[in-house]
Amino acid sequence: MECVNLEKAIGLIPDGASIMVGGFMGIGTPERLVDELVRQGKRDLTLICNDNARPGVGVGKLVSAGLLKKTISSHIGLNPETQKRMFDKQLEVELTPQGTFAERIRAGGCGLGGVLTPTGVGTLVEEGKRKLEIDGKEYLVETPLHADFALIGAFLCDYVGNLSYALTARNFNPIMAMAADTVIVEIEHIVPTGMISPDHVMTPATLVDYVVVDRPLGS
Amino acid sequence: MDAQEIIARRIARELHSGMLVNLGIGIPTQVANYLPPGVEVWFQSENGLIGTAPLALEGMAQGLLTDAAGRPVAALPGACTFDSAMSFGLIRGGHVDVTVLGALQVDQAGHLANWTIPGKLVPGMGGAMDLATGARRVIIAMQHTAKGKPKILRACDLPLTSTRPVDLVVTDMAVIGFPEGRATLLETAPGVSVEQVVAATEAQLTVPSSVPAMQL
Repeated sequence: MECVNLEKAIGLIPDGASIMVGGFMGIGTPERLVDELVRQGKRDLTLICNDNARPGVGVGKLVSAGLLKKTISSHIGLNPETQKRMFDKQLEVELTPQGTFAERIRAGGCGLGGVLTPTGVGTLVEEGKRKLEIDGKEYLVETPLHADFALIGAFLCDYVGNLSYALTARNFNPIMAMAADTVIVEIEHIVPTGMISPDHVMTPATLVDYVVVDRPLGS
Repeated sequence: MDAQEIIARRIARELHSGMLVNLGIGIPTQVANYLPPGVEVWFQSENGLIGTAPLALEGMAQGLLTDAAGRPVAALPGACTFDSAMSFGLIRGGHVDVTVLGALQVDQAGHLANWTIPGKLVPGMGGAMDLATGARRVIIAMQHTAKGKPKILRACDLPLTSTRPVDLVVTDMAVIGFPEGRATLLETAPGVSVEQVVAATEAQLTVPSSVPAMQL
Protein backbone atom coordinates (compact mmCIF):
# COMPACT_ATOMS: atom_id res chain seq x y z
CA MET A 1 0.00 0.00 0.00
CA GLU A 2 1.26 3.45 -0.94
CA CYS A 3 -0.23 6.71 0.31
CA VAL A 4 -0.65 9.23 -2.50
CA ASN A 5 -2.43 12.51 -3.05
CA LEU A 6 -5.58 12.81 -5.14
CA GLU A 7 -3.85 14.25 -8.18
CA LYS A 8 -1.27 11.46 -8.37
CA ALA A 9 -3.83 8.73 -7.69
CA ILE A 10 -6.13 9.77 -10.51
CA GLY A 11 -3.12 10.64 -12.70
CA LEU A 12 -2.46 6.89 -12.91
CA ILE A 13 -5.66 6.37 -14.91
CA PRO A 14 -5.32 6.78 -18.68
CA ASP A 15 -8.07 7.85 -21.06
CA GLY A 16 -10.03 4.82 -22.25
CA ALA A 17 -9.56 2.89 -19.00
CA SER A 18 -12.22 0.71 -17.40
CA ILE A 19 -13.05 1.72 -13.84
CA MET A 20 -15.14 0.06 -11.17
CA VAL A 21 -16.56 2.58 -8.72
CA GLY A 22 -18.12 1.46 -5.43
CA GLY A 23 -21.38 2.88 -4.16
CA PHE A 24 -25.14 2.58 -4.29
CA MET A 25 -26.90 5.79 -5.33
CA GLY A 26 -23.72 7.59 -4.31
CA ILE A 27 -23.59 6.05 -0.81
CA GLY A 28 -20.10 4.55 -0.40
CA THR A 29 -18.78 6.22 -3.56
CA PRO A 30 -15.31 7.81 -3.21
CA GLU A 31 -16.56 11.29 -3.97
CA ARG A 32 -13.18 13.05 -4.03
CA LEU A 33 -11.72 10.52 -6.48
CA VAL A 34 -14.73 11.11 -8.74
CA ASP A 35 -14.27 14.89 -8.49
CA GLU A 36 -10.61 14.52 -9.43
CA LEU A 37 -11.52 12.39 -12.49
CA VAL A 38 -13.72 15.29 -13.60
CA ARG A 39 -11.03 17.88 -12.80
CA GLN A 40 -8.43 15.98 -14.84
CA GLY A 41 -10.96 15.51 -17.66
CA LYS A 42 -10.41 11.80 -18.33
CA ARG A 43 -12.03 10.60 -21.58
CA ASP A 44 -13.70 7.50 -22.98
CA LEU A 45 -13.95 5.71 -19.66
CA THR A 46 -15.91 2.49 -19.25
CA LEU A 47 -17.71 2.70 -15.92
CA ILE A 48 -18.70 -0.38 -13.95
CA CYS A 49 -20.96 0.85 -11.16
CA ASN A 50 -24.29 -0.38 -9.83
CA ASP A 51 -26.13 2.79 -10.86
CA ASN A 52 -25.48 6.25 -12.25
CA ALA A 53 -26.61 8.03 -9.04
CA ARG A 54 -28.10 11.45 -9.80
CA PRO A 55 -26.71 14.48 -11.61
CA GLY A 56 -24.21 16.14 -9.27
CA VAL A 57 -23.92 13.09 -6.99
CA GLY A 58 -21.27 10.33 -7.12
CA VAL A 59 -20.67 8.88 -10.57
CA GLY A 60 -23.49 11.09 -11.88
CA LYS A 61 -20.76 13.73 -12.17
CA LEU A 62 -18.88 11.53 -14.68
CA VAL A 63 -22.01 11.29 -16.82
CA SER A 64 -22.64 15.05 -16.74
CA ALA A 65 -19.00 15.81 -17.62
CA GLY A 66 -19.21 13.50 -20.66
CA LEU A 67 -16.30 11.34 -19.50
CA LEU A 68 -17.98 8.00 -20.19
CA LYS A 69 -18.02 5.85 -23.30
CA LYS A 70 -19.97 3.06 -21.64
CA THR A 71 -21.64 2.23 -18.35
CA ILE A 72 -22.29 -1.29 -17.08
CA SER A 73 -24.96 -0.95 -14.38
CA SER A 74 -28.17 -2.40 -12.99
CA HIS A 75 -30.13 0.83 -12.65
CA ILE A 76 -29.87 4.22 -14.36
CA GLY A 77 -33.44 5.38 -13.78
CA LEU A 78 -32.66 8.22 -11.40
CA ASN A 79 -30.17 9.94 -13.70
CA PRO A 80 -32.05 11.65 -16.56
CA GLU A 81 -28.74 12.67 -18.17
CA THR A 82 -27.80 9.01 -18.59
CA GLN A 83 -31.21 8.33 -20.14
CA LYS A 84 -30.80 11.23 -22.54
CA ARG A 85 -27.25 10.30 -23.58
CA MET A 86 -28.34 6.68 -24.03
CA PHE A 87 -31.26 7.60 -26.30
CA ASP A 88 -28.96 10.06 -28.19
CA LYS A 89 -26.42 7.22 -28.63
CA GLN A 90 -23.68 9.21 -26.92
CA LEU A 91 -23.36 6.66 -24.14
CA GLU A 92 -23.48 2.89 -24.40
CA VAL A 93 -25.47 1.31 -21.56
CA GLU A 94 -25.23 -2.36 -20.59
CA LEU A 95 -27.93 -3.24 -18.08
CA THR A 96 -27.53 -6.28 -15.89
CA PRO A 97 -29.65 -7.45 -12.94
CA GLN A 98 -28.16 -6.24 -9.68
CA GLY A 99 -27.53 -9.68 -8.22
CA THR A 100 -25.95 -10.80 -11.48
CA PHE A 101 -23.85 -7.62 -11.52
CA ALA A 102 -22.53 -8.44 -8.04
CA GLU A 103 -21.76 -12.04 -8.97
CA ARG A 104 -20.03 -11.07 -12.24
CA ILE A 105 -17.73 -8.80 -10.23
CA ARG A 106 -17.19 -11.50 -7.62
CA ALA A 107 -16.35 -13.97 -10.41
CA GLY A 108 -13.92 -11.46 -11.92
CA GLY A 109 -12.17 -11.07 -8.60
CA CYS A 110 -12.15 -14.73 -7.64
CA GLY A 111 -10.75 -16.27 -10.80
CA LEU A 112 -14.01 -17.84 -11.92
CA GLY A 113 -14.91 -18.17 -15.58
CA GLY A 114 -18.42 -16.89 -14.92
CA VAL A 115 -21.48 -17.68 -12.88
CA LEU A 116 -24.71 -19.60 -13.50
CA THR A 117 -27.83 -17.76 -12.43
CA PRO A 118 -31.56 -18.37 -12.87
CA THR A 119 -32.14 -14.61 -12.89
CA GLY A 120 -33.03 -13.38 -16.37
CA VAL A 121 -33.89 -16.78 -17.90
CA GLY A 122 -36.73 -16.27 -20.40
CA THR A 123 -36.39 -12.46 -20.37
CA LEU A 124 -34.60 -9.87 -22.53
CA VAL A 125 -31.55 -10.42 -20.32
CA GLU A 126 -30.89 -13.86 -21.83
CA GLU A 127 -30.33 -12.48 -25.36
CA GLY A 128 -26.96 -13.55 -26.71
CA LYS A 129 -26.12 -15.63 -23.65
CA ARG A 130 -25.56 -19.35 -23.27
CA LYS A 131 -27.98 -21.37 -21.16
CA LEU A 132 -27.14 -24.50 -19.24
CA GLU A 133 -29.50 -27.00 -17.71
CA ILE A 134 -28.39 -28.35 -14.34
CA ASP A 135 -30.58 -30.95 -12.62
CA GLY A 136 -33.55 -29.91 -14.75
CA LYS A 137 -33.30 -26.19 -14.09
CA GLU A 138 -32.12 -23.56 -16.58
CA TYR A 139 -29.38 -21.05 -15.82
CA LEU A 140 -27.77 -18.22 -17.76
CA VAL A 141 -24.00 -18.21 -18.14
CA GLU A 142 -22.93 -14.74 -17.02
CA THR A 143 -19.36 -13.68 -17.73
CA PRO A 144 -16.94 -12.17 -15.20
CA LEU A 145 -16.34 -8.43 -14.90
CA HIS A 146 -12.83 -7.13 -14.36
CA ALA A 147 -11.51 -3.57 -14.57
CA ASP A 148 -8.24 -1.72 -14.99
CA PHE A 149 -8.90 0.31 -11.84
CA ALA A 150 -11.22 0.07 -8.84
CA LEU A 151 -12.07 3.29 -7.01
CA ILE A 152 -13.11 2.29 -3.52
CA GLY A 153 -14.69 4.28 -0.70
CA ALA A 154 -13.75 2.92 2.75
CA PHE A 155 -14.49 4.12 6.29
CA LEU A 156 -11.39 2.97 8.18
CA CYS A 157 -7.91 2.12 6.93
CA ASP A 158 -4.93 1.15 9.07
CA TYR A 159 -1.29 1.89 8.28
CA VAL A 160 -0.77 -1.32 6.35
CA GLY A 161 -3.94 -0.78 4.27
CA ASN A 162 -6.56 -3.06 5.85
CA LEU A 163 -10.03 -1.64 5.23
CA SER A 164 -13.40 -1.66 6.87
CA TYR A 165 -16.61 -0.08 5.64
CA ALA A 166 -19.53 1.54 7.44
CA LEU A 167 -23.17 0.44 7.36
CA THR A 168 -24.74 0.51 3.88
CA ALA A 169 -21.71 2.30 2.40
CA ARG A 170 -20.10 -1.14 2.07
CA ASN A 171 -22.27 -2.39 -0.82
CA PHE A 172 -20.09 -3.15 -3.87
CA ASN A 173 -16.79 -1.84 -2.48
CA PRO A 174 -15.31 -5.09 -1.09
CA ILE A 175 -16.07 -7.17 -4.18
CA MET A 176 -14.74 -4.45 -6.50
CA ALA A 177 -11.50 -4.30 -4.48
CA MET A 178 -10.96 -7.91 -5.62
CA ALA A 179 -11.70 -7.36 -9.30
CA ALA A 180 -9.34 -4.70 -10.69
CA ASP A 181 -5.67 -4.56 -11.66
CA THR A 182 -5.08 -1.44 -9.56
CA VAL A 183 -7.06 -0.59 -6.44
CA ILE A 184 -7.26 3.06 -5.32
CA VAL A 185 -9.00 3.73 -2.01
CA GLU A 186 -10.36 6.96 -0.61
CA ILE A 187 -10.79 6.71 3.15
CA GLU A 188 -12.66 8.60 5.83
CA HIS A 189 -10.24 7.84 8.68
CA ILE A 190 -6.77 6.37 9.04
CA VAL A 191 -6.30 4.47 12.29
CA PRO A 192 -3.34 2.79 14.02
CA THR A 193 -2.56 -0.70 12.80
CA GLY A 194 -4.37 -3.16 15.03
CA MET A 195 -7.36 -0.92 15.65
CA ILE A 196 -9.35 -2.81 13.06
CA SER A 197 -9.48 -6.25 14.63
CA PRO A 198 -8.50 -9.11 12.30
CA ASP A 199 -12.10 -10.31 12.48
CA HIS A 200 -13.38 -6.93 11.30
CA VAL A 201 -11.08 -6.36 8.32
CA MET A 202 -13.37 -6.49 5.27
CA THR A 203 -10.72 -5.91 2.59
CA PRO A 204 -7.22 -7.26 3.31
CA ALA A 205 -4.36 -4.80 2.84
CA THR A 206 -2.73 -7.01 0.23
CA LEU A 207 -5.50 -6.02 -2.22
CA VAL A 208 -4.93 -2.28 -1.78
CA ASP A 209 -2.45 -0.48 -4.04
CA TYR A 210 -3.00 3.21 -3.28
CA VAL A 211 -4.68 5.06 -0.43
CA VAL A 212 -5.69 8.68 -0.63
CA VAL A 213 -5.78 10.18 2.84
CA ASP A 214 -5.38 13.89 2.24
CA ARG A 215 -8.27 16.24 2.12
CA PRO A 216 -8.42 20.01 2.27
CA LEU A 217 -8.70 21.49 5.77
CA GLY A 218 -12.29 21.99 6.78
CA SER A 219 -13.79 19.44 4.39
CA MET B 1 -59.36 4.51 2.96
CA ASP B 2 -57.50 5.26 -0.27
CA ALA B 3 -56.46 2.68 -2.83
CA GLN B 4 -52.85 2.50 -1.67
CA GLU B 5 -53.82 2.03 1.96
CA ILE B 6 -56.20 -0.84 1.09
CA ILE B 7 -53.41 -2.59 -0.77
CA ALA B 8 -50.76 -2.00 1.88
CA ARG B 9 -53.05 -3.03 4.76
CA ARG B 10 -54.10 -6.25 3.03
CA ILE B 11 -50.53 -7.26 2.21
CA ALA B 12 -49.37 -6.52 5.77
CA ARG B 13 -51.67 -9.37 6.88
CA GLU B 14 -49.55 -11.79 4.84
CA LEU B 15 -46.51 -11.11 7.04
CA HIS B 16 -45.73 -13.15 10.14
CA SER B 17 -43.25 -12.72 12.95
CA GLY B 18 -39.70 -13.79 12.15
CA MET B 19 -40.00 -13.39 8.38
CA LEU B 20 -37.30 -11.70 6.31
CA VAL B 21 -39.13 -9.30 4.01
CA ASN B 22 -37.99 -7.11 1.13
CA LEU B 23 -40.27 -4.24 0.11
CA GLY B 24 -39.97 -2.61 -3.30
CA ILE B 25 -40.34 1.09 -3.96
CA GLY B 26 -43.75 2.82 -4.05
CA ILE B 27 -46.88 1.16 -2.63
CA PRO B 28 -44.82 -1.82 -1.32
CA THR B 29 -42.89 0.49 1.02
CA GLN B 30 -46.16 1.44 2.74
CA VAL B 31 -46.77 -2.17 3.85
CA ALA B 32 -44.38 -1.53 6.76
CA ASN B 33 -46.82 1.04 8.16
CA TYR B 34 -49.64 -1.47 8.67
CA LEU B 35 -48.08 -4.51 10.36
CA PRO B 36 -50.71 -6.15 12.60
CA PRO B 37 -50.10 -5.70 16.35
CA GLY B 38 -47.54 -8.16 17.68
CA VAL B 39 -46.09 -9.03 14.28
CA GLU B 40 -42.34 -8.39 14.12
CA VAL B 41 -40.52 -9.00 10.86
CA TRP B 42 -37.04 -8.18 9.59
CA PHE B 43 -36.96 -5.84 6.62
CA GLN B 44 -34.08 -6.19 4.19
CA SER B 45 -32.77 -3.32 2.09
CA GLU B 46 -30.92 -4.83 -0.85
CA ASN B 47 -28.13 -2.26 -0.60
CA GLY B 48 -26.91 -4.31 2.35
CA LEU B 49 -29.03 -4.17 5.50
CA ILE B 50 -31.31 -6.43 7.55
CA GLY B 51 -33.20 -4.53 10.24
CA THR B 52 -34.23 -1.48 8.26
CA ALA B 53 -36.53 0.86 10.19
CA PRO B 54 -37.95 4.29 9.55
CA LEU B 55 -36.02 7.24 10.96
CA ALA B 56 -37.50 7.76 14.41
CA LEU B 57 -36.11 11.18 15.17
CA GLU B 58 -35.58 14.35 13.20
CA GLY B 59 -31.92 15.11 12.74
CA MET B 60 -30.79 11.47 12.97
CA ALA B 61 -30.34 11.02 9.22
CA GLN B 62 -26.82 10.24 8.20
CA GLY B 63 -25.27 9.51 4.85
CA LEU B 64 -23.96 6.01 5.53
CA LEU B 65 -27.26 4.32 6.34
CA THR B 66 -29.89 4.37 3.63
CA ASP B 67 -32.50 2.11 2.07
CA ALA B 68 -32.56 0.85 -1.50
CA ALA B 69 -34.13 4.12 -2.64
CA GLY B 70 -31.19 6.03 -1.15
CA ARG B 71 -33.30 7.53 1.65
CA PRO B 72 -31.86 7.78 5.17
CA VAL B 73 -33.22 5.06 7.46
CA ALA B 74 -32.57 3.71 10.94
CA ALA B 75 -31.37 0.24 11.88
CA LEU B 76 -33.11 -1.77 14.62
CA PRO B 77 -31.19 -3.30 17.51
CA GLY B 78 -29.97 -6.62 16.10
CA ALA B 79 -29.60 -5.22 12.58
CA CYS B 80 -26.69 -6.32 10.40
CA THR B 81 -24.99 -5.03 7.29
CA PHE B 82 -23.27 -6.87 4.46
CA ASP B 83 -21.96 -6.43 0.94
CA SER B 84 -24.04 -6.60 -2.23
CA ALA B 85 -23.01 -10.15 -3.19
CA MET B 86 -24.25 -11.37 0.21
CA SER B 87 -27.40 -9.28 -0.11
CA PHE B 88 -28.33 -10.83 -3.44
CA GLY B 89 -27.24 -14.25 -2.21
CA LEU B 90 -29.94 -13.86 0.42
CA ILE B 91 -32.44 -12.87 -2.27
CA ARG B 92 -31.55 -15.37 -4.97
CA GLY B 93 -30.83 -18.16 -2.54
CA GLY B 94 -34.39 -18.27 -1.21
CA HIS B 95 -33.57 -16.76 2.19
CA VAL B 96 -36.01 -13.87 1.76
CA ASP B 97 -39.43 -15.14 2.86
CA VAL B 98 -41.52 -12.51 1.10
CA THR B 99 -40.88 -9.75 -1.39
CA VAL B 100 -43.52 -7.16 -2.22
CA LEU B 101 -43.09 -5.56 -5.64
CA GLY B 102 -44.93 -3.09 -7.82
CA ALA B 103 -46.05 -4.09 -11.34
CA LEU B 104 -46.83 -2.62 -14.73
CA GLN B 105 -48.60 -5.80 -15.86
CA VAL B 106 -49.33 -9.33 -14.62
CA ASP B 107 -50.62 -12.08 -16.89
CA GLN B 108 -53.18 -14.78 -16.15
CA ALA B 109 -50.46 -17.31 -15.28
CA GLY B 110 -48.88 -14.87 -12.81
CA HIS B 111 -46.00 -13.63 -14.95
CA LEU B 112 -44.78 -10.19 -13.98
CA ALA B 113 -43.66 -7.22 -16.10
CA ASN B 114 -42.37 -4.36 -14.00
CA TRP B 115 -39.04 -3.07 -15.24
CA THR B 116 -39.22 -1.41 -18.64
CA ILE B 117 -41.39 0.15 -21.32
CA PRO B 118 -39.04 -0.19 -24.31
CA GLY B 119 -38.28 3.11 -26.00
CA LYS B 120 -40.00 5.11 -23.27
CA LEU B 121 -38.86 4.03 -19.85
CA VAL B 122 -35.54 2.25 -19.56
CA PRO B 123 -34.49 2.64 -15.93
CA GLY B 124 -32.79 -0.74 -15.62
CA MET B 125 -34.05 -3.70 -13.64
CA GLY B 126 -32.05 -3.02 -10.48
CA GLY B 127 -32.87 -5.83 -8.07
CA ALA B 128 -36.33 -6.64 -9.45
CA MET B 129 -35.36 -9.68 -11.53
CA ASP B 130 -33.43 -11.29 -8.70
CA LEU B 131 -36.26 -10.65 -6.22
CA ALA B 132 -38.94 -11.96 -8.58
CA THR B 133 -36.85 -15.04 -9.35
CA GLY B 134 -35.41 -15.90 -5.95
CA ALA B 135 -37.67 -14.80 -3.08
CA ARG B 136 -39.67 -17.62 -1.45
CA ARG B 137 -42.94 -15.76 -2.00
CA VAL B 138 -43.61 -12.87 -4.41
CA ILE B 139 -46.56 -10.56 -3.68
CA ILE B 140 -47.56 -7.82 -6.11
CA ALA B 141 -48.93 -4.52 -4.85
CA MET B 142 -50.57 -2.47 -7.57
CA GLN B 143 -53.67 -0.56 -8.63
CA HIS B 144 -56.08 -2.86 -10.46
CA THR B 145 -56.17 -0.62 -13.54
CA ALA B 146 -54.03 2.17 -15.00
CA LYS B 147 -55.91 5.08 -16.58
CA GLY B 148 -58.98 2.82 -16.73
CA LYS B 149 -57.14 0.01 -18.55
CA PRO B 150 -56.68 -3.43 -16.98
CA LYS B 151 -53.18 -4.33 -15.75
CA ILE B 152 -54.02 -8.00 -15.23
CA LEU B 153 -53.90 -9.30 -18.79
CA ARG B 154 -54.16 -12.50 -20.81
CA ALA B 155 -50.52 -11.98 -21.76
CA CYS B 156 -48.06 -9.24 -20.86
CA ASP B 157 -47.04 -7.14 -23.86
CA LEU B 158 -44.20 -5.56 -21.87
CA PRO B 159 -40.95 -7.48 -21.29
CA LEU B 160 -41.17 -9.96 -18.42
CA THR B 161 -39.23 -9.58 -15.21
CA SER B 162 -39.04 -13.33 -14.62
CA THR B 163 -40.58 -16.53 -15.93
CA ARG B 164 -41.25 -17.56 -12.34
CA PRO B 165 -44.91 -16.68 -11.62
CA VAL B 166 -45.82 -14.45 -8.69
CA ASP B 167 -47.76 -15.94 -5.78
CA LEU B 168 -50.33 -13.26 -5.00
CA VAL B 169 -51.59 -10.01 -6.52
CA VAL B 170 -53.23 -7.49 -4.20
CA THR B 171 -54.99 -4.51 -5.77
CA ASP B 172 -57.44 -1.85 -4.62
CA MET B 173 -60.23 -4.12 -5.97
CA ALA B 174 -59.19 -7.70 -5.32
CA VAL B 175 -56.80 -10.38 -4.14
CA ILE B 176 -55.84 -12.78 -6.91
CA GLY B 177 -53.87 -15.98 -6.60
CA PHE B 178 -52.61 -18.50 -9.15
CA PRO B 179 -53.50 -22.04 -8.00
CA GLU B 180 -52.57 -24.53 -10.74
CA GLY B 181 -51.25 -21.64 -12.83
CA ARG B 182 -54.64 -19.96 -13.31
CA ALA B 183 -55.61 -16.47 -12.12
CA THR B 184 -58.22 -17.00 -9.42
CA LEU B 185 -60.25 -14.40 -7.57
CA LEU B 186 -59.67 -14.97 -3.84
CA GLU B 187 -61.13 -11.82 -2.26
CA THR B 188 -62.81 -8.59 -3.23
CA ALA B 189 -62.14 -5.18 -1.66
CA PRO B 190 -64.84 -3.65 0.56
CA GLY B 191 -67.69 -2.31 -1.58
CA VAL B 192 -66.39 -3.94 -4.78
CA SER B 193 -68.46 -6.66 -6.49
CA VAL B 194 -67.17 -9.75 -8.26
CA GLU B 195 -68.67 -8.38 -11.48
CA GLN B 196 -66.72 -5.13 -11.13
CA VAL B 197 -63.47 -7.05 -10.65
CA VAL B 198 -64.15 -9.26 -13.66
CA ALA B 199 -64.98 -6.20 -15.78
CA ALA B 200 -61.70 -4.51 -14.79
CA THR B 201 -59.62 -7.62 -15.51
CA GLU B 202 -58.60 -8.70 -19.00
CA ALA B 203 -57.17 -12.03 -17.87
CA GLN B 204 -59.41 -15.05 -17.74
CA LEU B 205 -60.32 -15.11 -14.07
CA THR B 206 -61.47 -18.22 -12.25
CA VAL B 207 -64.24 -17.18 -9.87
CA PRO B 208 -65.15 -19.60 -7.06
CA SER B 209 -68.82 -19.84 -6.04
CA SER B 210 -68.15 -17.82 -2.93
CA VAL B 211 -65.62 -14.95 -2.77
CA PRO B 212 -65.02 -13.41 0.66
CA ALA B 213 -64.35 -9.71 1.24
CA MET B 214 -60.85 -8.54 2.16
CA GLN B 215 -60.23 -8.28 5.89
CA LEU B 216 -58.30 -5.07 6.49
